[in-house]
Formats: sequence, structure tokens, C-alpha cells
Amino acid sequence: MSEVKFISPETLEQAVDAYYKSSKEGKTKILAGGTDLLVQIRSGISQPDTIIDIKNIKELKEISNDNGSYTIGAAVAGAVLDEEEDFGNNWPGVLEALRLIGSEQIQGRASLGGNLCNASPAGDSVPALIASGATVKVHGPEGERNMPIESFHAGPGKTNLKNGEIVVNFQFPKKQKCSGDAYLRMIPRTEMDIAVVGCAVNVTIENDKCVDARVALGAVAPTALLVEDASKALIGSNFEKEAVEKAALACEAACNPIDDKRGTISYRKKVSKVLFKRALEKAIERAKKG
Amino acid sequence: MNEMDNKWIGKNTIRPDGADKVTGRAEYAADTIMPGMIWGKVLRSPHPHATIKSINTKKAEKLDGVFSVATSADCVDFPVDTPVILGIQDIRWMARNVLAKEKVLFHGHPIAAVAARTEEIAEKACELIEVDYDVHPWAIEIDDAIKPDAPILHDFIKFDGKPSNIVGTLEHKKGNIEEGFKDADIIIEKEFETAAVHQGYLETHACLVSVSPDDKTIIWSSSQGQFMVRAMTSFITGIPQSSIRAIPAEIGGGFGGKTIVYLEPVATILSKKSGRPVKMVMTREEVMRASGPTSGSKSKVKIGAKNDGKITAAQGTFYLQAGAFPGAPIRGAAGCCLAPYDIPNAHTFGYDVVSNRSKVAAYRAPGAPIGAYAVECVIDEVAEALKICPLEFRLKNAAKQGTKAVHGPTYPVMGYVETLEACLSHPHYKAPLKKLQGRGYASGFWFNAGGESSAQVNITEDGNVVVTTGHPDIGGSRASIANITAELLGIDVNRVSVLIGDTASIGFSNLTGGSRVLFASALVVTESTNQVIDILKDRASKIWNIDKEAIEWENGQARPAGDNAGKFKPLTLVELAEKATPTGGPIGAGHQVNTVGAEGGFATHICDVEVDIELGIARVIRYTAAQDVGKAIHPAYVEGQLQGGVVQGIGWALNEEYIYNKEGKLDNPGFLDYRIPVCSDLPMIDTILVEVPNPKHPQGVRGVGEVPIVPPLSAIANAIYNAIGTRFYSLPMSPPKILEKISD
Repeated sequence: MSEVKFISPETLEQAVDAYYKSSKEGKTKILAGGTDLLVQIRSGISQPDTIIDIKNIKELKEISNDNGSYTIGAAVAGAVLDEEEDFGNNWPGVLEALRLIGSEQIQGRASLGGNLCNASPAGDSVPALIASGATVKVHGPEGERNMPIESFHAGPGKTNLKNGEIVVNFQFPKKQKCSGDAYLRMIPRTEMDIAVVGCAVNVTIENDKCVDARVALGAVAPTALLVEDASKALIGSNFEKEAVEKAALACEAACNPIDDKRGTISYRKKVSKVLFKRALEKAIERAKKG
Repeated sequence: MNEMDNKWIGKNTIRPDGADKVTGRAEYAADTIMPGMIWGKVLRSPHPHATIKSINTKKAEKLDGVFSVATSADCVDFPVDTPVILGIQDIRWMARNVLAKEKVLFHGHPIAAVAARTEEIAEKACELIEVDYDVHPWAIEIDDAIKPDAPILHDFIKFDGKPSNIVGTLEHKKGNIEEGFKDADIIIEKEFETAAVHQGYLETHACLVSVSPDDKTIIWSSSQGQFMVRAMTSFITGIPQSSIRAIPAEIGGGFGGKTIVYLEPVATILSKKSGRPVKMVMTREEVMRASGPTSGSKSKVKIGAKNDGKITAAQGTFYLQAGAFPGAPIRGAAGCCLAPYDIPNAHTFGYDVVSNRSKVAAYRAPGAPIGAYAVECVIDEVAEALKICPLEFRLKNAAKQGTKAVHGPTYPVMGYVETLEACLSHPHYKAPLKKLQGRGYASGFWFNAGGESSAQVNITEDGNVVVTTGHPDIGGSRASIANITAELLGIDVNRVSVLIGDTASIGFSNLTGGSRVLFASALVVTESTNQVIDILKDRASKIWNIDKEAIEWENGQARPAGDNAGKFKPLTLVELAEKATPTGGPIGAGHQVNTVGAEGGFATHICDVEVDIELGIARVIRYTAAQDVGKAIHPAYVEGQLQGGVVQGIGWALNEEYIYNKEGKLDNPGFLDYRIPVCSDLPMIDTILVEVPNPKHPQGVRGVGEVPIVPPLSAIANAIYNAIGTRFYSLPMSPPKILEKISD
């Protein structure tokens, strides 16, 4: 039986240092909630020799609100964020996406940071984060940097993090007046499932006109996608049928899915259009409420 | 017994296993530990089909921490061409399924096993076992297995004179099928297919086995029959049954899948070779890859009817996957499919087809849902073509007492018509439907079984009762037996404790399967209890010094039958127990017999679905199951059986399927991608318990556990058609399949 070294640092610097050093020597994994990692270890997919638990690092567990701009620690669990009532009022789409990860029990552990770093193309919170316009702060041996969520992933299971870099927190823009976000996913069951297609929409409305829009898709390509053509089709429109249809077609065109046990290429493409329209409707409804 | 006077039969008494289960005290097989215990793991085939040229275990044996290694060379040798029948199983296949011998026949097929200090060491040692394979082409699907140049799994089995993967056939005939179709005004013929589906029991297979130096063997395991475990382990290891004591653990679901062994003989060999107790627990992935699902199928059904709605002829052909070894449940498909109907001319065929999949195991009414799916969908189409309500159409053709069934028997008293009438008068039948919602109907039948059962009823020294039977309780048999015993003895049900004996403490009892347990064990418990009452009267007669015949047993006490018998204060069970020693000794009686008279069960279901036509999702939004349950001894448990069967049927119809990849390996060996329904997928399943007592049983019991999984597949398919006007002929009706068909 191989032994696993378990490190539980209390500062970001210690964590980064340990991560950087141990990654050079062997296979190191970061542990937040562990809801993906433990399953991967158990099934033999991941066989780390070092595990770094980041749950004792203060910054990674913090939630702050600076005059409407939220910063959410990477290791904050879904259930904890759910209790932050005002966050849900600002970013209902992000919250509903995060809350779809696993069961009630898993929600006590699963985090935005873990979902992002697991880098599954089907991760539920990722499209919602992209649509929100949030950025992610990472800390590494060379210091801090910020990345837009949509450029975080390199492929299935792969990120653009450099050696020793750890995700610290998510920084959300101040929510625009009359804006709203929403996330919907298609699963064969009603819960406890993995997205066959996920779609997040974030729109801002002024005088019935769409003044800003961000559309993101999950599970239809090697990474979650920001569909800029869909945004373009919506911005400036009154959400008239033609504009929505054009945006839906942009979603379909952006899909680059695979045929697998969870769905066919043609199914995923069709569903991306439907989910976009439904998520848009929900986002508009929320935006109109303020 | 006058039903109105029943105090316990028909009451929802508290489950005797309830407190232990909700507090986590219930002991499942994986909870068992022993001093000195070591862990066993199985090496499984990486190929779907290969000849084993050699197995070298030397490196594994030398690994530090390894105690023993087992291969088929350690098992009794059963020549491959000589049947060794045990119940519905053949031990020559069972032995080869437990540890592969000449060939590996599916990806995940066990080849060898290691016992070591820890599970991790055992796993590592498995990787050190060197197997030299001659890899063969494989066949997974039925079409690939029966085509002319298919790779043959067992070349000594012949069909039509040639080696074939069709390894068994079955036929039922009645009347003249050609004449029957000639008489028909309308004939509809359709083809269907279903995917292999797993029972999905939550508790994975587990056992702990300890073999002493003189071969005395104790097995703790999770199974549907401790006597089955004893017999199969004895066959495969050569240890006589008298030396094996199989102790049934509390069971976390079986649904038929635990009616055969996987681990117990292996752990026995490993324990015997190491001298240590050996524990083995399967992972979910091992369960999915290597334990029995039920068959996938292909079928064709043709039904002809007159314009007046009378069916004149019906024909059905069913090809069922057996997995790696013969034994697909073709009798359930070809035998049950037409059972609800009085059809003058009929012909059904079943074909047992092997392919490079794990060996199928029983699953709740094995084969019957497959047969009913095809027949009940065609029935729906015929009724539609004749413009008759599908329930009225079934009523017009319903089998009744005296009907000669296509599968042989002439029916006794039975309640099929009553289930149809119950549905017709239920509010669900007339409830309004919205757009994209639809309603479907289907009926179903299961044989139900009797068989061997033993019971012992003992009065404790303090005047309470302990009943021991020999069947693992997977559907409420302990609660029901407690109700019956309390009723017969006229005492409070809490004074009756019902235990499941191990193979050394109770007589042979056949396994829990075929919906047989309450039917059979209620019979032997009733007989035993009546003997106990007779003994109690005898003891009272000694105390009062009057004739036993002058004593009656009522409300838990002996009393003089009338004034002529004399005036004595009644003697309670407690008082008689106190006086047991001077009046003749311990009070108890047992009975063991091969029970007969189990009668079939019928059900009719109503299902509403709503279809999201943009995403292709069908959801069941309302469901009502009517079933002839004979007599519901514990109604809540009976309802639970009906609801559970329906839920598994919903999973089978909508999402569950074994998906194989291009390498012939199962691609979804876990609950994430093998989608059994979760609670939020389901509506409350309403039940109608129709009680037409079985006249051949003292309490009127009929088996209830299997019938409810028979109708749902077609009830749902028919409801989807009713909702969106498209018929589906292939299961599961999963979202991509639905969307693809309706977008065409």
C-alpha cells in the first residue's frame, strides 16, 4: 500500500510553496471539498502521493461584499453560499448552478473552486460563472493573477494553471440594474445526474432593450464556452423572435460535442438551442424584477 | 376464520426489522468481522472473449501479505458437457461463472482470487497474476450472436445441427394459429427490443467465510437463500453440505439477483487454503460488470382480432440474452405474455441466446416484463384500430376461472377481471389530461411459486413465541408471519418474534424468489402453530384432568369447550408455559413440506406521462397499480411491493440500460450513468389491493412481489403514444431516442 502525504497549510504562501515543491517530485492533488477527488482516488483514476488540504486557509473560505461586488472563496461550500441570502438575489443563476452539484450531503462540501479545477466539460457552475462575467484570482510562486473564467480551461480535465498555482477566489462584477442570470441543464433524471447540456444566460435590460448579454454553454465541447455570437445577436434587440432564434443558432453552431453514453452529437446540438431559449426567458424574467 | 374478526392479519403492524434498520444496527454481510480476518479480491478478465492458455500465480503468492490464491483448478471439476442441475441453475455453468475455467466469456469474468492482509495488497497481488490469453472475436448484441459467422461461446452446444449461440428454446401452443389468423378481421404485428437492465440492489455482494482445519465452514453472506449458498458452495468446493453452516445476513436488496453465488465459493477456497477467515465485498463496478442483470431482448408479436373485439389468435417470438452461459428467462417471456387473455389460438416461442455479457440472473418476474411489453403494446394498437377502450378490450378478452391458459394450466379462482374493473372505476381512469400528457394501460401476470419450506414455532418459558423460518426476508415476511402467528394464537403480535434460521438451525427451505416466501412459510407456520395449539390443549387437559377434545383455544387461552366439560378458569399461554415442565416438557412444533397450490397473480396498471417534446423527456406524472394480491397480510408491505415493482419498471422503460463500448466492455458500470430513478423522478404510486383469496392457502395468500414489474414497460410506452402520437418499439425510451424519433 502506497502512503499518501497529507498537508494542511494555514496560509496561502505555505500552500503554494508545498504545492510547487511536491508537484516537482510527484503527483500532488489539491483537496477542497473532495467530492471529486475522493471518488477519483477510490476508482483509481487519480493516485496522488501528496494531498494538500486548502480548507484551513482563511481567504479561501471567505465571502465578502464590497459595495455590491462579491468575492467568494474558492473552497466555500454550496450550502454555505446558499445561506448568503443577498448573493442569491444578485446571482441566482450562479447559485442555482452551484446548488446542482451533487446531493444535499455533497453540497456541504462541494465548492466553486473545486468544480472549476476539476475541469469537467460538464461542470455545472462553470457556464454560470462565465455568464456572470466573474474572474478568478489565482496565487502561485510568481504571485497573483486574475483570469476570466472562460480562459481557465485547456481541455477536459485540464486547466491553464501554472505549476504551483492555486485558485483563491472568485470576483464578481457589481450586478447591473435590471440584469438577471439563469442556468439550466438537461439531465435524463431530475437530480443526482451529470449535465448532457448546460446553458447559462446573463442579460441586462434598459427600456425593454437588451444592453448586455453573456451566454455560456457546458458539456457540448472540450471546455465550457462563452458564445459571443449569441451575445451579439441579443445586444441591441428587444428579444424579438428573430434575434432569439439567431442567438439560439449561434449556440448550436458553437457546439462541438461528442457522441457518448450520455447523448449524441445531434441531441446535444438540438438541446443547446432549447436550453438557451428557456434560460434566456428565465434570465429576462429576473432582470425585469430589477 | 372470519375475516371481520381478524385482529392482526391485514393490519400494518410495526416491522420487526425496523428499529435495527433505522438505527444502523442491522447486520449486513459487509458488517461482519472475525479475529484474524483477511481480505479477498478477484482478478477479472480484461477481454470479452478469450481462451485461457495458462495462469501463473507465483508472483502473487510471493507478495508480502498474501495468504492464498484461488483459481478454477481449486474447484470441483464439472465436465462442460454434463448437466448438474440444482433448481433452475446448472452447477457446471455456475462453477465457471464463479471462476473461469477454459475460457473467459465476458469483460469482468473472474479468473482468480487472492486473499491478503488488506484489500490493497490483495488488489496488488491480483495485478501480479500472469494470464496468457488467446483472444477471440466477441458478440454482445443478439443480432451479432445469432448471425451465421458469429463467434461461438460454447462450441459443443448445437442448434439446427450446428454449433450455435442459441442454446435453448421453448414453445407454448394452443389451438390452430393459422386458422385463428384467418378468422381475424384485423392483424397487427410489431417488433420490439429491450436493453439489459440490472436489479440495482443497493447492497453489493459480500461475504465472510471461515473454514476450520477439519473443513467445518461458516459462511455469513447476503443472499436470497442460505440453503442455496450452502448447496452451491458445497458443489463447487466439494465440502459436504453437513459441514457448511450458512448464516443469512440482513439483506440490502436482491430482486432476484442474489439467488446465485459469486463470492462464497471463492472465499471458501481462499479461507481453506489460508486457514484464515476471508472477507470479500464487491465494489459497485464489480456488481455492474459481473453480477447478473436481466436479459436484453428482441421480440415479435402478432395479434389478430374480430371487429367485435374478440382476439382470435396471438403469436409471439422472444429472443432473450442469457449472457455468457445458458439460462435466459424465456419461460417468463413466452409463458406469461398471453396469460391474462382467453385466446383460442396461440403460439409463443422463446430463444435462449448466449453472448459475451455477464451471466443474467433472476430479476423480479424474470422474462415476464419483456413478454408483456411486446404483447401489451400490440394489444393497445389492436384496441385503437378497433376503436375500443383498451381496458374494455382487455375485459372482453380476459382470462377467468376455467380458462385454459396458453402456457398450460386451467385457471382456478383468480382476480384478473377484478383488476380491470377496479381500474375502470378508479378516479384516475377519468381524470382530465393536459396537452402533451397521455394515459396508457397494461396488464401483467406472474406464475408465483410454492416449494420447500420449514418452520419451527417454540413457546418460550415466559409464555411468548419464537418462530423460525428458513427464508431471508426481502419483502416483509417476518412482519407477515408475526401477524399470522399472533392471529392463530390469539395473542398480541409483540409477543411473537420471527427469526430467520441458519442452515444448521432450521430444515431446508428453498430460496426467497418466485414470490413464494409468504405463501410457503405461512403454510408451514400455520401448520406448526396449529400443532402448538394442540399441544397447549393437551397440557390444559392434563392440568384439568379432562379430555383434550373438551378444550378449545381462544384469545390466547385454553378453556373448557362448554359447561359439560367442567368449570375451570381459563389457562393463558403464560400459565401453560409456566407449567410446561411438569406437564410434559418444552412446548413447540415444526413442520416442513414441499408446498403446492401457489396460484398466479394478475395486475392492471394505469400510467400518465408528460412529454417535453423539445428535450425528449418523458416523465411519469401519475400511476395507479391494481393487483390481485390474494389476501394482504400486512397491507403496507404489499403496497410497498407494488410501488417498488412499478418504480423499477419505470427505470427499465425510461433510462436504464447496459451500454457496451466498441471494445465489448460495459461503458456505464455505476449509478451515475446507469440511471435508476431517483425519488424526484417519481410520482406517488397509487395502489389498489384487489383481494381474491387463493383457495389453496389457509390465509388466501398469493405472491405479490413480482407481478407489479410486469405491466409498467408497456403502460408507459402506451401512455407516451397517447401523449404525442408516436409509438416507441425500443427500450429505454431515453431522451435522445425520443427526440430523434419525434424530430424525424
